[in-house]
Amino acid sequence: MSIGSTPLRFKVELDTDRCMSCGRCIENCSYGVFQRKDNKIVVNSRNCVACHRCLAFCPRDAIDIYEKPTDYRSHPVWTREVREAVFNQAKTGKIIVAGMGNVLPYPIIFDQLVLDACQVTNPSIDPLREPMELRTYLGKKPAALFVKEHKNGDTELLTKLAPNLKIETPIMIGHMSYGAISLNAQTALAKAVTKMGTFMGTGEGGLHESLYPYQSHMIVQVASGRFGVDINYLERGAAIEIKIGQGAKPGIGGHLPGEKVCADVSCTRMIPEGSDAISPAPHHDIYSIEDLKQLVHSLKEATEWKKPVFVKIAAVHNSAAIAAGIARSGADAVVVDGFRGGTGAAPRVFRDHVGIPVEAAVASVDAKLRQQGIRNEVSIIASGGIRQSADIAKIICLGADAVYIGTSALVAMGCRVCGTCNRGVCAWGIATQKPELTKRLDPETNAVQVANLIHAWTDEIAELMGAAGINSIESLRGNRDRLRGYMLDEGLLKVLDVKTVGA
Amino acid sequence: MTAVRIDAKELHYTPLNQQIRKAICDGTKEIIIDNVLGQRFIGDGIRGDDVTLTVNGVPGGDLAMFMSGPTLIVHGNADHAPGNTMDKGRLIIHGSGGDATAHSMRGGRVYVRDSIGYRGGIHMKQYMEKRPILVVGGSARAFLGEYMAGGLLIVLGMNGQVPVAERGVGSGIHGGEIFVRGTVDEKYLGVGAKQLPATAEQMAMIKPIIEDFAKAFGIDPAPLLFAGYSRIAAASARPFANKYTPE
Repeated sequence: MSIGSTPLRFKVELDTDRCMSCGRCIENCSYGVFQRKDNKIVVNSRNCVACHRCLAFCPRDAIDIYEKPTDYRSHPVWTREVREAVFNQAKTGKIIVAGMGNVLPYPIIFDQLVLDACQVTNPSIDPLREPMELRTYLGKKPAALFVKEHKNGDTELLTKLAPNLKIETPIMIGHMSYGAISLNAQTALAKAVTKMGTFMGTGEGGLHESLYPYQSHMIVQVASGRFGVDINYLERGAAIEIKIGQGAKPGIGGHLPGEKVCADVSCTRMIPEGSDAISPAPHHDIYSIEDLKQLVHSLKEATEWKKPVFVKIAAVHNSAAIAAGIARSGADAVVVDGFRGGTGAAPRVFRDHVGIPVEAAVASVDAKLRQQGIRNEVSIIASGGIRQSADIAKIICLGADAVYIGTSALVAMGCRVCGTCNRGVCAWGIATQKPELTKRLDPETNAVQVANLIHAWTDEIAELMGAAGINSIESLRGNRDRLRGYMLDEGLLKVLDVKTVGA
Repeated sequence: MTAVRIDAKELHYTPLNQQIRKAICDGTKEIIIDNVLGQRFIGDGIRGDDVTLTVNGVPGGDLAMFMSGPTLIVHGNADHAPGNTMDKGRLIIHGSGGDATAHSMRGGRVYVRDSIGYRGGIHMKQYMEKRPILVVGGSARAFLGEYMAGGLLIVLGMNGQVPVAERGVGSGIHGGEIFVRGTVDEKYLGVGAKQLPATAEQMAMIKPIIEDFAKAFGIDPAPLLFAGYSRIAAASARPFANKYTPE
């Protein structure tokens, strides 16, 4: 072997003074780091992915994990990651695939935008005292209303309103399929969104029978593989989402390996057990924007025009023009998924190098739709890289109606963003189908944690709005005057339509 | 109950489908739709295992999409993607089908008397007793059965036609099977597709289907049955298994 071993990614240290040899680390680690030998616990650091399951359950704080214990010769061009990717591909000749989102240290636009607050001239609003309106309606809004007055004084609305989705907070949970994540994880999310008056996406994995009680809070996805899609599925969802693309891997399809297609996943996806579930790169009945319109209309026709239809695209160079086409396709909302979005598995080259940040994409989509006078035709849902309530407030200022969160909801269930979802042995019982692992995730307690997160962020958004003297989220939407760019270049400030700090 | 006739002349597809749904809801078992001219989505998402619809004319795209149960007979050609994501029932086309015929179909049968366009039976899939079947009397264009994950696709090449003589046949196929009368030139097979002569056992399996197809169109099945067939299936159930390495 000419390349030999590469340095350890993580070093696991066991403090033998503190360790009481209880073996919880052995039980909890699904990656095979710990072993009992001669009444002693021995460690194989090479298997560690830093998912922290062991140290989270060590009763004595006896475990420490260090990243990159060995140095390479430092080099600004030949980073460790670049060198290790070459080693890997020189050995295997294959495409590198990994879980979670973009790992390159691109600057984060959110962190270079600051929000406004009132001082003196217009007072801030106290959300404890005054009602704050965070309820949002997703879907088409009429360009004009026509009414008829009757002689008895009644007024009749003549304009036919399109169905909208009512959300009590602008935070929804994005599409993570059963298959990518466990049923217990999906159940926890379903309970949380139902409690919070919001919605979650099913992903392209069908809708498991045990989630039917939560179907009125589910957005069912129709993607290129059409897994789990039949008329019953479409009718169950509160809304339908056509997935064209995904921020973590724009332009390519998905692939759930046969190992993850257990009996239950097979039933929900409606494919044989153990077979690969391959979603092609394009929908093979959509080769043009006219074909997209055809699919939108076919879904509406199948469900008798009772449900909003969303279209999700990855944020790419021409998102604005694409979104303008989507707005004319009859769709009710466009989901813009930025290049920081997570995923169960993505080729490294796509994950790190394809797509654009959601901040720029949403701002340009919103601007284009307003320019063309069709902003009312679709709602904008931002997703991919939403990490905290401030991000939500900022993206709403840039024109979004609501957001999808994904990774943050998983983190609320224990995920440590170790990025090995693709391995299928998630120690937290999230990104796995192994029964001994999925049973670790209790849907009840995790539902509370996810609901807590949504609740806390919703409160924070209300506080931020109050501080800005705004009592309705509608007044925050597209309100770029409440944002300033800090150390952003002129070109980007122009795209975002935001002034610099101090201006 | 007597048949219900719907005149589709200058009728938009939504009110047309509303009339179809109402008739099914009222318990009608036979619905005849006349003067169809390009209306899309006819029978989209309808149910009713014992309902028969007859379409006289030329329907538009996505005919019988998501359909789950009924039999739909078309006297004319069908446009883009008839039987798209169809779930159950029968779609019988006395004419030709457009591109993406039986796209992502998951159950039931689609019979096309004449020919189909590109990407026929693309990404068909099966689960347990749900096994979609597409039978084409004439020929098919490129990318036949691409990404096929399950189900059965038969191309008969009647009237002296070559069943398929374009590239990408069964490209990325990882389940299901394609039968063609005669053979497909090996150069037209897609990545991951493998062709072998159909065995006697396989012929016995498709025989009743070919007979049923012939019956639906009043064709003599004999010449179709006394012929050699080739079977195209996945060279491996995991065509993409060796493409990736973990980070």
